[in-house]
Amino acid sequence: MLTALYIMLGLALVLGLGLGYAALKFKVEGDPLIARIDAILPQTQCGQCGYPGCKPYATAIAKGEADINQCPPGGDAGVHALADLLGVEYKPLNAEHGAPKPKSVAFIDEKACIGCTLCIQACPVDAILGAAKHMHTIISSECTGCELCIEPCPVDCITMEPIAETPDNWKWKYPVIPIRAVPLNEVR
Amino acid sequence: MNAILNFFKPKRGVHPTEHKAESTQLPIAKLAMPQKLVLPLRQHIGNMPKVLVSVGEHVLKGQLLATPECTVSAAIHAPTSGTILSISDAIIPHPSGLPDKCITLIPDGKDQWTNLSLVDWRSAPKEALIASLCTSGIVGLGGATFPTHIKLRSSGKSSIQTLVINAAECEPYITCDDMLMREHADEIIQGIEIAQYLLGAEKSVIGIEDNKPIAKQAMQTAIAGKPISVVTVPTQYPSGDARQLIHLVSGIEIPHDKRATEMGVQVFNVATVRALYRYFTFGEPAINRVVTVTGNVAQPQNFEVLFGTPLPALIQAAGGAKPDTTHFIMGGPMMGFDLPSTEVPITKATNCIIAASPHLFAPPPPAMPCIRCARCAEACPIQLQPQELYWFAKSDAFEKARDYKLFDCIECGVCTYVCPSNIPLVQYFRYAKSEVIAADKAKEAADLARERNEFRLARIEREKQERAQKHAERALGTKAEAAKAASASGYVAKEANTAEAPSSSTSDEEAAKAAKQAAIAAAIERAKAAKAAAAATGLAPKNTTPANPAVEQEIAEIDARRKNVGLENSKEAPITADAEKQAKIAAAIARAKAAKAEAEAAKQAQNVELKE
Repeated sequence: MLTALYIMLGLALVLGLGLGYAALKFKVEGDPLIARIDAILPQTQCGQCGYPGCKPYATAIAKGEADINQCPPGGDAGVHALADLLGVEYKPLNAEHGAPKPKSVAFIDEKACIGCTLCIQACPVDAILGAAKHMHTIISSECTGCELCIEPCPVDCITMEPIAETPDNWKWKYPVIPIRAVPLNEVR
Repeated sequence: MNAILNFFKPKRGVHPTEHKAESTQLPIAKLAMPQKLVLPLRQHIGNMPKVLVSVGEHVLKGQLLATPECTVSAAIHAPTSGTILSISDAIIPHPSGLPDKCITLIPDGKDQWTNLSLVDWRSAPKEALIASLCTSGIVGLGGATFPTHIKLRSSGKSSIQTLVINAAECEPYITCDDMLMREHADEIIQGIEIAQYLLGAEKSVIGIEDNKPIAKQAMQTAIAGKPISVVTVPTQYPSGDARQLIHLVSGIEIPHDKRATEMGVQVFNVATVRALYRYFTFGEPAINRVVTVTGNVAQPQNFEVLFGTPLPALIQAAGGAKPDTTHFIMGGPMMGFDLPSTEVPITKATNCIIAASPHLFAPPPPAMPCIRCARCAEACPIQLQPQELYWFAKSDAFEKARDYKLFDCIECGVCTYVCPSNIPLVQYFRYAKSEVIAADKAKEAADLARERNEFRLARIEREKQERAQKHAERALGTKAEAAKAASASGYVAKEANTAEAPSSSTSDEEAAKAAKQAAIAAAIERAKAAKAAAAATGLAPKNTTPANPAVEQEIAEIDARRKNVGLENSKEAPITADAEKQAKIAAAIARAKAAKAEAEAAKQAQNVELKE
């Protein structure tokens, strides 16, 4: 009777220690779901979803506070990917949060810029270079096209320029068989 | 035995009608100097080179116009002497049909060479030779246009044992390598020697398809006992693909995830090794190449063409295009693409120009549904499953397509050629590839944006903390100062104690309050010290030079008075001044007390009087 009790106690102790060790050793840092949602989001950090960046939006989705269709830059493909990841029904993009636009980068009219640094403070990815009372410029390779710099500019010198197609970023088109006019005598 | 085994091996690839005889009737002709040369900066794989010349500048033949930027890039040289007309966007021979940066040169007709720097490849160190190759502008002339200096650079990881010279020229219509071997076999052989020396390869093998007996004969004659061998490979498209050719000539099969160099094999095109020979023997940079002009033209022929020559000049030299020509194809009929305009220049990638007409290339009949006959899978030279890839590409399932090794596809077009349903399979694969590449780039950009955003947030947080720390430090600093002042004078010890006491407590507010008090105390102390010092200097003037007897007498009187009070020197001034003050105060208090006492006494006396 007592032996059995000891054995059970001993087992509980050993297994408990093992589990405790495993919990420490294989501890998962942070919520992996948030990271996986964040990996799908386009990282424009534009805040169109109503959250101050992609990570907060990912956190909100993971908590079930936000819907999956609030990210216009991610587009329909992004909503589909989120729906697949979370195992929920696909929803069309919510028009309240804006519509998808072609990818653009900000452009500063350098003659008009007064060097107020307001846009630099607004840029979520530090893609604007400049100093107080000195002309600012956009590092276009780092610009995500979030448009957050347009609002604070007191002289409205920032515009969004769509990214032009060059031989570098050109893509082969989906093959289509051109429609051609068939003479009447060929038609059966 | 081998023959029997080979018989049972599945036949991969196809054998389309060759159409090579048309353009091999005449020898290679030199094209007359065109009116203008348009040199696209993007003539090779990699980064765009940096332009070194400006508009209006006169340049000499062979002068460096653009220097390579970064490792994977190639130089652009002036193909003849002349004046730079413009550096602007023009349509380039690219399937996109988009304009790109080009240098336009107007030849002056003198064809005057610049001073060429010649390096003796037999004596100079290899590093110097490869460094000089960087500015030679030589790229792979087989069509891939990969900068040659990178292929010759010894990476150190793997050593090259075998140098394979690609003379297969497997695509129909193209004959530029064939004609080059017939006419310049000796130059090619010397080029092979240079490449072999630079690579440190043990042996060189030339792979020629068996439909070029004259070229093979010419090469064998030129070899003349040198340790280079010629291997004949069967005429089967696409045996000119690097991996296929390596397998055919050396028996080595390159795994799909490895490069040929990792297996000790390097492949060069015959035209590329000839360019190497001309560079190391005459110092001539890459300024021209041999181009086949064939198809629907009056007289198909091969031409030695300067880079930048406009297409019409070349077509004109071949007797002009026949009236029913619809468009021009750059490259072969299997892998080439329709030129977006007739006004494009000849570049380093242009090995062949085919004038197309409906009777040569009938428009493909409409595509029918895939019947899953797997003929494409049988013909695919790299043993992919094109019918599966087709489904994935068609339904935008790019991840699945990647899993089915989409990126191993060499876009040879064999699957499209054999498809009984006329499905443009290669077009689907190209579409899928560029979509995957674009998605990968977008992912990379998103990762960069995430990293930058996270860094920014971390930086803002850090700055906030630094500011808070600075405030705290400043507060601590003033406290310390106060404490020092207090201990020095022994005056505000009490205050300092009260200031130091809360520093042990964690409350910031209390600390700040204490610090403020300490600062006030210190300020009071400083003010007192300053006042005292001022008083001292006022009491003991430094100018001791006698002014006049009257003033001196006055000073003496004052000094005497001060002595009477007990002052000896200015140092004691503060204390004595205080003492004097305090004495005065005491006196005043005494007086007031006396007055009060007097008044009280008087009152009492009055009261007494009243009582009485």
